[in-house]
Parts: sequence; structure tokens; C-alpha cells
Amino acid sequence: MTTIGALSAALRARKVSSVELTREALSRVKSAQRTLNAFITIDEQGALDAARAADAALARGDGGALTGIPIAHKDVLMTAGLRTTCASRMLERFVAPYDAHVVARLREAGTVLVGKTNMDEFAMGSSNENSFFGPACNPWNPACVPGGSSGGSAAAVAARLLPGSTGTDTGGSIRQPAALSGVSGLKPTYGVCSRYGLVAFASSLDTPGAFAQDAEGCALLLDAMAGHDDRDSTSLDRPREDYARELRAPSRAKPLAGLRVGLPREYSGEGVAAEVAAAVDAALTQLRALGATTVAVDLPRVKHSVPVYYVIAPAEASSNLSRFDGVRYGHRAERYADLADMYCRTRAEGFGAEVKRRILVGTYVLSHGYYDAYYLKAQQVRRLIAQDFARALAQCDVIVGPTTPTAAFAIGANADDPVQMYLNDIFTIAANLTGMPAMSIPCGFTSDALPIGLQIQGNYFDEARLLNVAHRYQQATDWHLRVPPGFEA
Amino acid sequence: MSFSLDDVARLARLARIDIDADAANDVRAKLDAIFALIDALQAIDTAGIEPMAHAQNVTLPLREDIVTEGDERARYQQQAPAVAAGLYLVPRVIE
Repeated sequence: MTTIGALSAALRARKVSSVELTREALSRVKSAQRTLNAFITIDEQGALDAARAADAALARGDGGALTGIPIAHKDVLMTAGLRTTCASRMLERFVAPYDAHVVARLREAGTVLVGKTNMDEFAMGSSNENSFFGPACNPWNPACVPGGSSGGSAAAVAARLLPGSTGTDTGGSIRQPAALSGVSGLKPTYGVCSRYGLVAFASSLDTPGAFAQDAEGCALLLDAMAGHDDRDSTSLDRPREDYARELRAPSRAKPLAGLRVGLPREYSGEGVAAEVAAAVDAALTQLRALGATTVAVDLPRVKHSVPVYYVIAPAEASSNLSRFDGVRYGHRAERYADLADMYCRTRAEGFGAEVKRRILVGTYVLSHGYYDAYYLKAQQVRRLIAQDFARALAQCDVIVGPTTPTAAFAIGANADDPVQMYLNDIFTIAANLTGMPAMSIPCGFTSDALPIGLQIQGNYFDEARLLNVAHRYQQATDWHLRVPPGFEA
Repeated sequence: MSFSLDDVARLARLARIDIDADAANDVRAKLDAIFALIDALQAIDTAGIEPMAHAQNVTLPLREDIVTEGDERARYQQQAPAVAAGLYLVPRVIE
């Protein structure tokens, strides 16, 4: 499976049909399932029906850029008639009665839905190990995690099972797995993509976004996904954008001339693996060669991102997940004494350990007498972090650094240490707290042949610029074209 | 912040999640570790800083007060663990 752009051109030139592509995708998805466990549900019949409809549209000459492209959705996005589990026992048999807005948009754009990808339960995790359906694995080394929470979506694109997929990003859940699996992943500005039909984790942070091999693929997916939706009260009503517009400008010797790249002092040094730091340095050299200038910036409060996040996200989660009570949908315990006992047993059985932990943390910080000390305090520090970014982005156009402090770690390595796991998201969380867009693209490999990710952050609504920086970098490098051994062709 | 087993039991009750005695100690230890991380916030001076609840500084939109949804009860109740006569069944709460 090559890139979305190349497949789109081949489909419209009728060099390949969507049915052929979809059969190929289904075959790759199924044969990789034993090694990668990237999927929770595969919809063979639905995919082939959609592919036939796409081919008919292409034959009539009314196909768009995504018509006939096979994709997968993270299993936290509702798909009408197709099981949506959130990788939880709680929703093991839940069939969504309607499509998420972004799912509907991508259907209307002609994409072919092949299945639903594995993830950390209710999107809580950074390794995909917190899945009721078992961990997804990293195609570069199946003994390692693919990152999380959108681990299956990242692994599927990395292993070239599909050219693109969706994810959601609450604290790094698109960018961190993109980095660890070696693909491009974009978290747009909060409010650009509707959260309608995205099973809520932390409502003020949850952001739908996309994975693809390259920046162009992310741009094409975002083109379809973005747009106002009055069923999400935080969805922004903005003029339609063409996110790939800057990518089509002809290549020049210095395509990034004039671009000011901010380098936060806080993103280097302690905790960043030497090989990650070296790959980021090499990427900065490349960006300078493309015409960009670099400037040091300060984000003095960004170090507080992790504690702020681990107050705000669990607080919102404990509220959002109170709906899972065994009454209207989802798991219900078989034995119980009374109504309260039914709730307690249902939730004890239905949720995994990390989800329960976060509900307990959230319950505590919102409980009587502690609200000011925790939730309000965290919201105030959230403001200070946003002020740091506003100041830094007055001195530069984009902020660049490592997406994660290390490359992928072994499955099980952090399993009993939640705090160590949380620190994986130290560079990604701030973009969720501020709501600004950010993406991760491949920028090298460790000596163990594991991918390294480069994070590019920008100001509100600067997706087109981020995508262009990534695209120009990808025109000059081939990290994003590397394929994990055993998954070629 | 250091949690006791009583704190864990109180939180479990508030969150409506059964935690058995075997698991409570592990939950307590992990909550201690998480709050050691979170409690670093207390040292930050936030006097006069307006809390930031949301990424965008926008007011919630209002819409016309009209019915926009049809009757979806039967469809939605297909997902329910127990229903009868269009009602969700739960254990008896009034004797």
C-alpha cells in the first residue's frame, strides 16, 4: 500500500479499482492480525460494498481525492451498524446506532471503511497495552508497543495494511503512536473536527485527527474530516480550508525560506534519549538546509503539563464515564444485590485497571473540599502554559522538538508503573491543554531500528503550515518511506 | 497526599466501582504515586490567574428551541441489558 496521494491518482486514472485495493487491504489486515493485533473488528462485507460504490462513482467521473481509499477508524469513533468497543469489556458488544461526524464525513468523501482499530481502553494509555482485546504490537518490532492510545491505527499504517486511518488525541494519542510506529500523525486545532460520536474521555482535550504515511495523506484526510457540526457545541464555525494548498506549490531550492522554527530549551536535555536528540538535531539541520531559521524559545511552565493533565483528564473522564452504569447500554454484571451493587459490580467488571485508576483520581480531585486545590489549580496552570506558547509563537512560526523522549519500549516494560507511562507524553500534552495543532513525522531510527518522531507544533488554525513544513521535509528525506521488514509491498 | 485504605474505600464508593480487599493495597500505592506527581502543582503561584476551562475563547452557541430528534427509543433500547414495554429494567429500588 503506497500513499493516499499516489493511490488517489491511480484510482482516478482507473489504473486500479477500489475493489482491488480493498481486497488487498483486507488480505494484509487479516494476515497481520496474528503478529500485530492492530484490529478489533474487520468489516469485510461492508468494505467490499463501499468499494463497489466507490468504483461506480469513479466510473461516473465524480470521485474525489479520497474516493475508494481504504481506511480504518479508531474504535472510539462510532460507526453505525458496526461494533464500537473502545477496547473495553464495557462495550464489548456495543453496536453504535449512528456515525461519528468525522466518520460520516469520511464516508461521504468516498473512503472505504475496512475495520476498527485497537487502542488503549477508552483512549487511556500510551502503549495500547490497556486493551481488553490484548495489546497491539509495533510492526518494527512486535515485542515493542506501537504507542497509544491510537496504537492500532498507527501500526496499521506503519505496516502498510492501509494508507490512512483515524485516531483521537487527548494527551498525545495520535502523535506518540505516530512517533513510535514511524508514521505521520496530525492532531488538528481543538474545535476543527467535531467530537460528535467520539466516545468522550476528556471533553476539553479530545481531538479527532489522522494518520498517514506522509503529510499529504494527513492533509487529504483532514480536508474531509474538518467542518462545523452543530451537534458538538465546541465545534467551530469557520470558512472551509484546503489543507493541502501549500503542498501543491512547486518545489523550490529553499521552500522553507522565511520560516522561523522555535526550539524550546525545555525540549532537550535530561530525559531525552541520546539517539532521539541526535535525530531531532539532524532534522533541524535539514530544515535549515530547506531555508528555515531557528530561534531559541522558552516554555518555562511546560514542565507542569503532565501533572495538569493528570488532574484535568481524569476529572473529565470520571464525569464522562459515569454514564456506564449497566442500565442503558454496555456490560451489566450478572449477579448483584441491589441497584447500587449493580452499578459497583458492573463498573468493576467492565472497566480495566487504568480506566478505574483514572476514574478514582478524577473522583478524588472533584470531590468535596478538593476542587479548588486540584481542578481549579490545574486550570490556572493550564492558562500559564497557554501563555508560554502564545509568547513563544510570537517569536517563531512553528515549534519543533522530539515527539517522545524515547523510541518504542518493550511490551510490559512500564506495565506496573503508571507514572513512568504518563511521562511518555511529556512533549505532547501541552498541545492538548492549549488546543493548538501539532503533528509527528518520522525523522530517523535508533540503533535497534525503531522509529523516532519529530513533533511540529503551531499556532491555532495553522494546520496548513504544519503540513507544509512536514511535506517539504519529507520531499527532502525518506524516513517516512521506510517500511518495517516483513511488511514490504 | 498519602491515601489510606479507608480513603480508597470511600473513593470506590463515590465512583461506584467495587474494589476488593486484595486489590485495594495496590490501588492505594498507585494513587500515592500519581498524587506525588500531581501535588507538584501546589508549589506554583497562580494568584490572580483566570482558570482555563477550554481551548477556545468562545461562548456556547444557542439554537432555536425546536425538536430536532425523532423517536429513537426502540433503536436505542436494542443496546440495553434489560428492557420491558419500552422501559429500562433495573433492580427494585422501592420496596
